Amino acid sequence: MADEVILLDFWASMFGIRVRIALAEKGVKYEYKEQDLFNKSPLLLRMNPVHKKIPVLIHNGKSVCESSIIVQYIDEVWKDKAPLLPYDPYQRAQARFWVDFIDKKMYDTSRKTWATKGEEQEAAKKEFIEVLKTLEGELGDKPFFGGDNFGYVDLCLIPYYCWFYSYETFGKFSVEAECPKFIAWVKRCLQRETVAKALPDEKKVFEFVSVLREKIRVE
Amino acid sequence: KCKTLTMAEEVKLYGTWSSPFSRRIELALKLKGVPFEYIEEDLSNKSPELLKYNPAHKKIPVLVHNSKPIAESQVILEYIDEIWNNNPILPQDPYQRAMARFWGKFIDEKVLATRMKANFAEGKERELVTEEFFQQMEFLENELNGKDFFGGETIGFVDIVAIVVAIWFPLTQEVLGVDTFTEEKFPVLFKWIRKITEIDVVNECRPPREKHLAYVKARIEDLKSASK
Repeated sequence: MADEVILLDFWASMFGIRVRIALAEKGVKYEYKEQDLFNKSPLLLRMNPVHKKIPVLIHNGKSVCESSIIVQYIDEVWKDKAPLLPYDPYQRAQARFWVDFIDKKMYDTSRKTWATKGEEQEAAKKEFIEVLKTLEGELGDKPFFGGDNFGYVDLCLIPYYCWFYSYETFGKFSVEAECPKFIAWVKRCLQRETVAKALPDEKKVFEFVSVLREKIRVE
Repeated sequence: KCKTLTMAEEVKLYGTWSSPFSRRIELALKLKGVPFEYIEEDLSNKSPELLKYNPAHKKIPVLVHNSKPIAESQVILEYIDEIWNNNPILPQDPYQRAMARFWGKFIDEKVLATRMKANFAEGKERELVTEEFFQQMEFLENELNGKDFFGGETIGFVDIVAIVVAIWFPLTQEVLGVDTFTEEKFPVLFKWIRKITEIDVVNECRPPREKHLAYVKARIEDLKSASK
């Protein structure tokens, strides 16, 4: 019996992009269902009643929620190809730690670079750069966070890149100027077909963020 | 590989006696019979070791295994389960594992924050947040669904994480003199609380009651005077 895999997602979501990259890395065929986040579908509400959020992976009728949990699930189910998490338990723990760090630090801070103004925005920019610098420190001289190979941490972090143009434009700063090593890592990731195909156009994301800013009345 | 006589496996836990995050690591290690050295941290005066082992967050708990540090309690729990595989904490099946991780994340990231807000908010906000808390407890009750424990017949990952609900929530409630989290409203959860707090090793790893009560009282006083 063939696997039935459905992904409930939103095109610009950095969390959804993680899952798309993971599925592509594993060569899993799936049905993509775009969700309207301002008018949530009965399917989404039924499959993620606790959070009512995307992404949701529905595998043979059973739903898995939370992007980092979905990616680990994908890695464990389709384990014969393209391992995402390291083999060694200590390295695995480090990978989970850094994805947890990214989840705790990137979203709120990065959001404030475009969703706020004045002092709050300045503080958010500073904090955002500090987060990137911490990540640069962890990367060190390795080509990827996973070492020689693209892995779980790289996969969970790279989707934020398509939002950088929006952060930099609304926040009036340049990531490359402050964190060149980070951008060098980004470019290595973008050479990977699964990543390049999964990331939406940063200008389209910018248009979307512009609409969001209107909705929440930033100016 | 050469092992010294006294340090075949060196396991150290940096924690604090009152932290549910720290206590859950003690429980996991005890469940698996892993000998460890416990170091009590003074969070107002963090040790150089703690700052060295967890520079990103500077928080407890930190597990140090053969000089290699691991931070973040749920990451530590998974690591412990992978290194010492007796008395498994996480299920083998990938879907069950994903569910266990989901509920663990739900408790630490949503339930705890909502509970804090519900305890200290006022007026309309308090009403709304308390309603949110009730919904969250209902989700947990549904997840128990006739089982003795979230892990099934024995305690597992979610039970270990949820001990904060079993022990810390009723205690804070006692100090605050509120009755939002009651057996009347959540009979299934309270049955689980009774079952889990009957387990010897769980009780070995909980803060001593009188000391804990005094500590929570003092912290609440601090919070109340800080917000004035």
